[in-house]
Amino acid sequence: MAVVMLSGIYSLHSAVILLALDAVDVAFTEAAVGAGISTVLMLATLSLTGSTERERSGHTLIPVIVVVATGAALIYGTLDMPRFGDPDAPVHRHVAPRYIEDSPTEVGVPNMVTSVLASYRGYDTLGEVTVIFTAGVGVMLLLMRRRVKSGDGDSS
Amino acid sequence: MIHYVVLRVVAKLLIPFILVFALYVQFHGDFGPGGGFQAGVIFAAAFILYGLIFGLEAAQRVAPPEVVRVLVAAGVLLFAGVGVATLLLGGNYLNYSVLSADPVHGQHLGILLIELGVGITVAAVMITIFFYFAGRTRS
Repeated sequence: MAVVMLSGIYSLHSAVILLALDAVDVAFTEAAVGAGISTVLMLATLSLTGSTERERSGHTLIPVIVVVATGAALIYGTLDMPRFGDPDAPVHRHVAPRYIEDSPTEVGVPNMVTSVLASYRGYDTLGEVTVIFTAGVGVMLLLMRRRVKSGDGDSS
Repeated sequence: MIHYVVLRVVAKLLIPFILVFALYVQFHGDFGPGGGFQAGVIFAAAFILYGLIFGLEAAQRVAPPEVVRVLVAAGVLLFAGVGVATLLLGGNYLNYSVLSADPVHGQHLGILLIELGVGITVAAVMITIFFYFAGRTRS
């Protein structure tokens, strides 16, 4: 319980830090999702689960191997990334200057974050929305009450 | 929590402002900070607050789960539909400049529509997740 509360407070503080860094769009998201909705969902989860873990049987080796292999592949992928905060990184040289110069005349939207997210990178945003959609469908499938079939009881 | 008067009164006072602020963030996103995602989350937060204070059943009367479930898909469809519309009008997928005679105006229209799609899907998904979490009893 205390951990959930602390993580909510932490999110709210992060939102303030982002606000101080002039990233208002991100600060909004952090405050609403991190401090608001995920705290509620964590509390809901806490009220649904007990304090003891169920005895589990079966192998745990295969999941461990999968997780370690995925993690190793991800770490390997970060090795040739540019140094953190490098001004010569491709992200600062490639398309960002063009967006900053042409966005006011091409898209004409004062908030450049919106013009990049919605117009220039519209495909990515469509992908993000699809991810959220898929996440919603996944939660529905996992938590859906199973229909009680002709008297074999509620299984959940 | 139905019996706590302070919580009920404060929630009733806050919810209209949360909803209006969500709509402001949604439709003012091209000019000020914000956009569809933030607006959707804030909009959903109002419903979740209502559900926390007045109970799940009251919240589900306001936002029927069947309707919310349809909205989850409707937002994505609106977004993708804008892309198809730009294809039919002779442009690239999601190139909003062809939506209107004036390219800049077309961009505005396109961004407004797709942000609306994002907002609808995000709000509906958040509300649905809350409903499913809150509606599940301990096994």
